[in-house]
Amino acid sequence: MDYFAQQLINGLVLGSIYGLIAIGYTMVYGIVGMINFAHGDIFMIGGFIAMISFLVLVSLGLTAIPLILLIVLLVSMVITALYGWTIERIAYRPLRHSFRLAPMLSAIGMSFVLTNFSQVSQGARVKPVPPIITGGYTLHEGSEGFAVQLSNIQIVVVLATIVLLAVFTWLVSRTRLGRDMRACEQDQTMASLLGVDVDRTISMTFVIGAALAAVAGMMYLLYYGLVDFFMGFVAGIKAFTAAVLGGIGSLPGAMLGGLAIGLIETFWSAYFSVEYKDVAAFSILIVVLIFMPTGLLGRPEVEKV
Amino acid sequence: MSGDPILTVDRLMMRFGGIVAVNELSFAAERRKITALIGPNGAGKTTVFNCITGFYRPSGGAIRLAHDDGRSIQLERLNDFRISKQAKVARTFQNIRLFPGMTALENLMVAQHNALMRASGLTLLGLLGLPSWREAEQRAIELARTWLDRVGLLDRADDAAGNLPYGDQRRLEIARAMCTEPALLCLDEPAAGLNARESGGLNELLLSIRNEQGTSILLIEHDMSVVMEISDHVVVMDYGVKIAEGTPQAVRDDPKVIAAYLGADEEEAIAVMESGT
Amino acid sequence: MSATSARPSHAAQPSGSAFILKKALISAAVALVLFSLMIGVRTEAGPQGGLIYWTRFGDLAAMVGTVFGGSIIIELLRQWWGPVDKDRIVPKPVQAAMSFAGRWLAPALLVFAFLVPVIFYNQRYILDLSILVLTYVMLGWGLNVVVGLAGLLDLGYVAFYAVGAYSYALLATNFGLSFWVCLPLAGILAAFWGVLLGFPVLRLRGDYLAIVTLAFGEIIRLVIINWQSLTGGPNGVSGIPRPTLFGIPLDNSDDGLAAKLGIEFSPTHRIVFLFYLILAMALLTNWVTIRLRRLPIGRAWEALREDEVACRALGINVTTTKLTAFATGAMFGGLAGAFFATRQGFISPESFTFQESALVLAIVVLGGMGSQLGVALAALTMIGGFELFRGFDQYRMLVFGIAMVLLMIWRPRGLIGHRAPTVFLERNQAISSDLVKEGHG
Ligand SMILES: Nc1ncnc2c1ncn2[C@@H]1O[C@H](COP(=O)(O)OP(=O)(O)OP(=O)(O)O)[C@@H](O)[C@H]1O
Ligand SMILES: [Mg+2]
Repeated sequence: MDYFAQQLINGLVLGSIYGLIAIGYTMVYGIVGMINFAHGDIFMIGGFIAMISFLVLVSLGLTAIPLILLIVLLVSMVITALYGWTIERIAYRPLRHSFRLAPMLSAIGMSFVLTNFSQVSQGARVKPVPPIITGGYTLHEGSEGFAVQLSNIQIVVVLATIVLLAVFTWLVSRTRLGRDMRACEQDQTMASLLGVDVDRTISMTFVIGAALAAVAGMMYLLYYGLVDFFMGFVAGIKAFTAAVLGGIGSLPGAMLGGLAIGLIETFWSAYFSVEYKDVAAFSILIVVLIFMPTGLLGRPEVEKV
Repeated sequence: MSGDPILTVDRLMMRFGGIVAVNELSFAAERRKITALIGPNGAGKTTVFNCITGFYRPSGGAIRLAHDDGRSIQLERLNDFRISKQAKVARTFQNIRLFPGMTALENLMVAQHNALMRASGLTLLGLLGLPSWREAEQRAIELARTWLDRVGLLDRADDAAGNLPYGDQRRLEIARAMCTEPALLCLDEPAAGLNARESGGLNELLLSIRNEQGTSILLIEHDMSVVMEISDHVVVMDYGVKIAEGTPQAVRDDPKVIAAYLGADEEEAIAVMESGT
Repeated sequence: MSATSARPSHAAQPSGSAFILKKALISAAVALVLFSLMIGVRTEAGPQGGLIYWTRFGDLAAMVGTVFGGSIIIELLRQWWGPVDKDRIVPKPVQAAMSFAGRWLAPALLVFAFLVPVIFYNQRYILDLSILVLTYVMLGWGLNVVVGLAGLLDLGYVAFYAVGAYSYALLATNFGLSFWVCLPLAGILAAFWGVLLGFPVLRLRGDYLAIVTLAFGEIIRLVIINWQSLTGGPNGVSGIPRPTLFGIPLDNSDDGLAAKLGIEFSPTHRIVFLFYLILAMALLTNWVTIRLRRLPIGRAWEALREDEVACRALGINVTTTKLTAFATGAMFGGLAGAFFATRQGFISPESFTFQESALVLAIVVLGGMGSQLGVALAALTMIGGFELFRGFDQYRMLVFGIAMVLLMIWRPRGLIGHRAPTVFLERNQAISSDLVKEGHG
């Protein structure tokens, strides 16, 4: 039971990270109708920028951990968001009304560019950082010496996710930008006729998605204490799986799907085998798509004949 | 209704969530006759077609097809492609659905897929280029040529279907449906977007299909001149239910129909306009 | 970035030097922010395990300067060319010349391919490279059946390549079966896996199919890595037997081919043999595909790509039709995989990554979906281009990624922009690719 509770906590934390990435996939898919293959690498870039800025801040002599974290968060969100904006501008916008495969290949190409850019510029080796947020609570002391732990870093990850989701939900449901985004999702031509700046709205979608991915990257760095240039690929596929599982296009669905994937992966590793945890996640994707093609919260797609 | 129906629709129901698009609809289409299904926009006509041709699974009711040889098939139990393959029901679409990147001739060859698959020994004999396959292919090309000629597109056989003018595309779609050698041909607004001359030609084509091929035709049409001129029997729908049926003259004089549809000139004009876009 | 720059009209575009400068400055500023930390600061795990860093402001300045200069050049070029559209980049006469060239290009390439071992007999490097190119030509032609003809997006094609390679490797090393027995088996097994995967997932449309095939490719790779007892895990399988000329080995033993023919042995013999083997396999793939296109099954594939709903209305069983396309493509992938295994003599999971799938897909799309000649040209360009960066291993994938983006922007429909009809009455005229659909599945 204790073991189960511990895995539940771990799974929720991992799921929060996946959920944050998944939102970027789902938003872009909702508006532009493409899988942004480079999004996993945006997450990786976010992690790198958090790592570098943290290192620089510490070496500059800053010691107040909360202040450092706040600055790192802002820096990585802003710079990573600019990556998202630039990529849309360079690689996707010229292909927006092109054939379906062209933007997808362009996105795959962009994903290679980012992966290898970071490999070339920062080296191929794993970058470890010392634990930044330490300490925690013991929730329950088990009879066989097994204790359920809730570390501070886990609390930070979950809290940050919740706060960001609240801000984000407010953004898409209450603001002008959110309304424009929903309008573009329904019908871009109509939206532009009604005075919505479609280009800008799509850009903002990429910016927001990238900023959330940057947060996920930073959380990953804090939680696992390392980043490497290849981490975007697998995390990206899993987050996309999460988006599909939740129902692509649905924002709560993305978060829900993220949590589900995080839990599945954690429990699979805990009770079956660590080696096959990714196989489990991908198999679930296939099974879900076969039996529930619209995901948990997705709208059913009607085929008009 | 007496006679020899090829298609009997019995209390057909189709719901989409809360919307009841077709409500307990019953009618029959006579063999070797042209039956028209008319009604204002949104009456549920296309939905009936989709149920007959297996694109939608009806929420209730039965659709029976009686072949010349006495074989009777429950269409609501078959899925889409079997309806064309086994039940020999062909259709066209309200929004033309040709294969735009293939030539007119290729479109008609694709329509003969099942026959050609058999002739090519499920591809294996064809891969070896056996003479029996070559003959079958030649016959298929001849059939396609015949139909291209009948719809007046012989000289455009090698042009991409997507490059043909609108009226030609409509006729090509009918030719393609006929290449499946159907017992029942379902046409969804074949005259939509055609000018008067073209729609006159369409009338002749449909009559000749009925008279020469002996194909039964079920027709959705907003263009009343077409309906009045060629149909043998008319079924009128409104809001998913049948409000009248009979000969074209009888329907035209039916006050219920006039109220719902024909009488309101304005609406008819709008209907014709909208179906053309 | 102003609204006017998006307007297609040439005359309306601002063109003053102030505008160009402003644009370049903005680009440089963006680059500065993007690269500030990623290039300006270099991190590395230090000797004690902790991270250390050093700054590289020189590199950063150089990059920003490059972006600034590049932006000016691109803007100047753009104003010189006028609005970017297809006719501008490839002028009509050139297009006409290209379609004319297309008529004799294919036979010329074929003749040249046959002569490669004669011309370059002493240049081992070129022979090896040609074998590599031909392998990708074959893979491209195989995937072309799935993506180009049937319009099904398969991002996990490498899975079938892997199945073929491991089938041969394991059958040959464990049971001592010869290459010629294993080759068809590898094809059949790959096709079998294609059906197994395809059966449940081919109902999915578009991007869902893409992501499921991608997941499948990863699953196969992960299983290969983790099922150590069967596959040797990350260490791979080594000692895979070399192919024989119908039982006669190509080595310097007494019953080797050289001894039998009474000529002096040279390792080049085997390379030449491998070259003609893959050439034959690729040509077989091509022949079968061209043949299939003119058969009802191939026409149904293309019809499926054009309009699936219409296919169903015409009585075409969409599921089996898709399955046959998937299985055919998988089979060719498997055959190529078996060849890869016998050529390398050693295989490991590293050869079957997503990058490989992406490369083959890029070849197909760049070739111009469905065009056999285009795929061959694209494979030649891509693999050849890749080779140019042999010395700069680090930058290879980076350049490959950039090339993919640029090529897509330049020619979203690929090199060969038209489709040849499969049957005609009077005139055999090509169909512009603008009309050809690319499928939803
Ligand atoms: N797939 C679907 N999902 C939900 N509602 C549908 C669907 N198909 C049809 N409907 C609804 O069913 C009703 C009937 O539509 P249908 O297309 O059958 O009308 P119609 O008689 O063919 O009209 P028109 O003359 O304009 O073609 C409409 O209210 C339509 O919105
Ligand atoms: Mg209709």
